Amino acid sequence: MSEARKVLIDPLVDNNPVTLQMLGICSALAVTTSLLPALLMCVALTSVAALAGAAISALRHRIPNNIRIIVHMTIIASLVILVDQLLKAYAFETSKQLSVFVGLIITNCIVLGRAEAFAMKNGVVMSFIDGLGNGLGYSIILIAVATLRELFGAGTLLGYPIFELTSNGGWYEANGLMLLPPSAFFIIGLLIWGIRVWRKQQVEKPDYQIHEVHRTEVY
Amino acid sequence: MSDKKQFDRDSISNTLIVAIGLSLVCSIIVSSAAIVLKPVQIKNEDLFRKQIILDVAGLMEPGGDIDTLFGSIDTRTVDLASGTYTSDADMEATVDIPDELDIAGISQRAEFVDVYLVTDNGRVEQVILPVYGKGLWSTMLGYLAVAPDGNTIKGLRFYAHGETPGLGDQMDKESWRAQVAGKKIYGDGDEPVIRVIKGPVQEGAAGSEHMFDGMAGATLTGNGITGLVQYWTGSHGFGPYLKNFREGEPAHE
Repeated sequence: MSEARKVLIDPLVDNNPVTLQMLGICSALAVTTSLLPALLMCVALTSVAALAGAAISALRHRIPNNIRIIVHMTIIASLVILVDQLLKAYAFETSKQLSVFVGLIITNCIVLGRAEAFAMKNGVVMSFIDGLGNGLGYSIILIAVATLRELFGAGTLLGYPIFELTSNGGWYEANGLMLLPPSAFFIIGLLIWGIRVWRKQQVEKPDYQIHEVHRTEVY
Repeated sequence: MSDKKQFDRDSISNTLIVAIGLSLVCSIIVSSAAIVLKPVQIKNEDLFRKQIILDVAGLMEPGGDIDTLFGSIDTRTVDLASGTYTSDADMEATVDIPDELDIAGISQRAEFVDVYLVTDNGRVEQVILPVYGKGLWSTMLGYLAVAPDGNTIKGLRFYAHGETPGLGDQMDKESWRAQVAGKKIYGDGDEPVIRVIKGPVQEGAAGSEHMFDGMAGATLTGNGITGLVQYWTGSHGFGPYLKNFREGEPAHE
């Protein structure tokens, strides 16, 4: 059981798909202007990652090596279409804001990466838990970024006013930059910095070191 | 199982079986989901459109049942060329827009268009016209509500666009939508003079009744709104229809 626990908890901070592996950044920029679409995106990605992990793991002894990526893509794409159709039917207004990004879960590196790296080698239950864990790791970052962006960009959370805006006679001047994609880069960058100050082992070794050449060595 | 050892998953037969089997299973799952959920999705699209129409007419009540509220709205089909109502229209028919008239950037439009009449005891109170055109990044689709004088704007509301968040999407804000009401489309002639200016409209300035507030940082979105409102209220759009309103009541063909 502790193995399952580790598989679930590890991707939350120590092996986070966004801040350590730098995957799924595209959608983290696009759907985090406000909290509600970000939450829906998290649910969509987590359920696709978990179910795709389980399905691929169940078939792992039969999947031929030379078409395995195509098989992964087919399974993931079917699940994504399913999720997209469900959202259009039961969460219509928010799904309009997510527009193309639910469809783009198909190409999300987190989902495909876990299918290839974990589900092909592990059991069905473990693969499901692994997908769940990685989906949740992605969700933590998305929710953190979306909370900051909506709060400082629009003064609201989930659409409820928190800071009274100057345009409505309040005190808070909305920061328009927060609603634009670059702000998500800054926030994710600061998050990565913060996590690496806290968890030193995530700091990467430099690829090369600058070697000072002395005059004597040149000759 | 003993035959597991001999099982070669890379054989051509297994590759074909997996490929065909998986495609079949996945396509059955996807297509049945699409068929089962289709009615709910169509209902959603329809409700959303009706909600926007009610909203632009100022009839939307929080928590109100959209279908009940929409019951007071009369849907009619207009022949744009003559500006009259028609009952046997080919809704698929399109008309190319000459380049010099295409200020909305849409290159063609439908020949017959549905409009929505808000009536009170048989008297028309508002006419709601579908309008669309190019903004900075996207095609903006919305509804324009006009008073039965065929000149005074009651509301303008977009239900789909992809303009810059925080800049171009200010047109969705309550404050921008409120200042639209009461503006006049036409000056002395039959060509629309309404436009989005730069910066806020100064009350009482000359011609201020023909101006919408500009949006800071969204000049091109504003130009797009000017273009689409002028096109759809112009002679190639709903101009003849609105002219009929200014001169009485559009006839039924």
